[in-house]
Amino acid sequence: MREIEDYILPSIKNLPPSGIRKYFDMINEMQDVISLGVGEPDFVTPWNICEAGIFSLEKGQTSYSSNAGFIELRKAIADYLERRFDMNYDAAEEILVTVGGSEAIDIALRTLVGPGDEVIIPEPSFVAYTGCTLMTGATPVPIALQEKNSFKLTVEELEAAITPRSKVLILGFPNNPTGAIMTREELAPIAKFLKDKDIIVISDEIYAELTYAGEHASITSFSGMREKTIMVSGFSKAFAMTGWRIGYVCAPRVLMDAMKKIHQYALMCSPTIAQKAAIEAMHNGQKDVDKMVREYNRRRRLMVDGFRKAGLTCFEPLGAFYVFANVSGTGLSSEEFCDRLLLEHKVLMVPGEAFGESGRGFARATYATSYENIIEACKRIKAFTDTLK
Amino acid sequence: MNEILEILETNSKLTTAQVAVMAAMPEEDVLAAIAKYEAEGVILGYNTTINWEMTDKELVTALIEVKVTPQRGEGFDKVAERIYRFEEVRDCYLMSGGFDLTVVIEGKTMKEVALFVAEKLAPLESVLSTSTHFVLKKYKDKGMVFEKRSPEAKEAIFL
Repeated sequence: MREIEDYILPSIKNLPPSGIRKYFDMINEMQDVISLGVGEPDFVTPWNICEAGIFSLEKGQTSYSSNAGFIELRKAIADYLERRFDMNYDAAEEILVTVGGSEAIDIALRTLVGPGDEVIIPEPSFVAYTGCTLMTGATPVPIALQEKNSFKLTVEELEAAITPRSKVLILGFPNNPTGAIMTREELAPIAKFLKDKDIIVISDEIYAELTYAGEHASITSFSGMREKTIMVSGFSKAFAMTGWRIGYVCAPRVLMDAMKKIHQYALMCSPTIAQKAAIEAMHNGQKDVDKMVREYNRRRRLMVDGFRKAGLTCFEPLGAFYVFANVSGTGLSSEEFCDRLLLEHKVLMVPGEAFGESGRGFARATYATSYENIIEACKRIKAFTDTLK
Repeated sequence: MNEILEILETNSKLTTAQVAVMAAMPEEDVLAAIAKYEAEGVILGYNTTINWEMTDKELVTALIEVKVTPQRGEGFDKVAERIYRFEEVRDCYLMSGGFDLTVVIEGKTMKEVALFVAEKLAPLESVLSTSTHFVLKKYKDKGMVFEKRSPEAKEAIFL
């Protein structure tokens, strides 16, 4: 007889578990911890959006939608993308409503890669890129982004990572965990370089609204790139809708048709209550998004200032809602730093290596929390770094 | 420049240095701007929103619809002033619709509020009629929800 464990596929068994689980187990045992650990808005979904979800239930709209999602929602997404980011996607054929941006990343990868293929992943990055890649049997090829480049991707770095087996590049800007953004000028050489390469880009733009300097720039806006890019986004971050599990993916029709097949067999359709709420978000949510962005921007400045005063060097994050602090100056490893910060001073930050090897020496903090929490956390961090001098 | 006001409206306890950081402005400029706002009356005061129900203080709030005769040359402003100068009046607004002024009164007891209306407000020459509504429960005041929900125990998720 085989042990029950032996039934589990090696590719799943060998998936690294979340590097952070232990911290959450630890804080469950502790009182008065300020958590800067979870990458999630502290805002509640704006009430008009919640109300639209409730109303759809009251009306008894509890059946499936079409596989791709309500056409009304897809049209609203198409209008929104054009209005906000000057993108043009056809609602009927090029937009698929997914169960969060995460499903979009998963089905995009499953559509494109398998054993023998390589997926280029600039790191530090969202943990699902590597996890989802490994589940397809493909090989993740990390690019270690540099603090000196403000964690932006350069053509040289990309060129060095490409092999004949490279098939996909995942771009995640604005970036979780670094807060880095890439401007149009910075994306231009990447787009130019990729133009004649046989590489599909998965561009995760879930944090597009949370850009604090200039306008968000998308790789899809460069000539020749829209045709070979799968653009992933969603409602979780900008509209504070993480628990609704609703996102979307946009791609040229051929790629879209393939992705739809996976979505259709695995998910059928996204939750319809969330879809109805998302329609309201698209039509009447911008005012709240703008308000939350202004608020995040203030918190961002408050946290960066507090960290620097505590002696941590951190480059200026201009997107998402994270500060990626360099803790190497403290003489501690990032894991030691985070362990001791939590145990001795009750502040939770996440060691950078959880987001890829190149994150070692850094720690991620989210400023999606109240002024009071940020101020108190900075005070505690300073008290901690003072003991290390 | 509304940036400073928006920040202070959220939390007036922040120090000038903190506001300066959040607004990405030099501290002197923030100090000067706040002084100017105060002088011009843009900033009227720094209040604390208190849920008195959780204390032992007795407090009754009433909303009174007042119909008045506007005075020649002064419109409603003069009448309104006669009313809002009373210490008991917390808010006073000129309204469109079926009555003229909304007057919010705070008192220790219903009797105290009723006496104020009967003895101070109703007898005023320009006041034609009053209609008093007592507040039974406050749900939200100045954007703050009164009921404190205990945060749900949350299974940590990592992303």
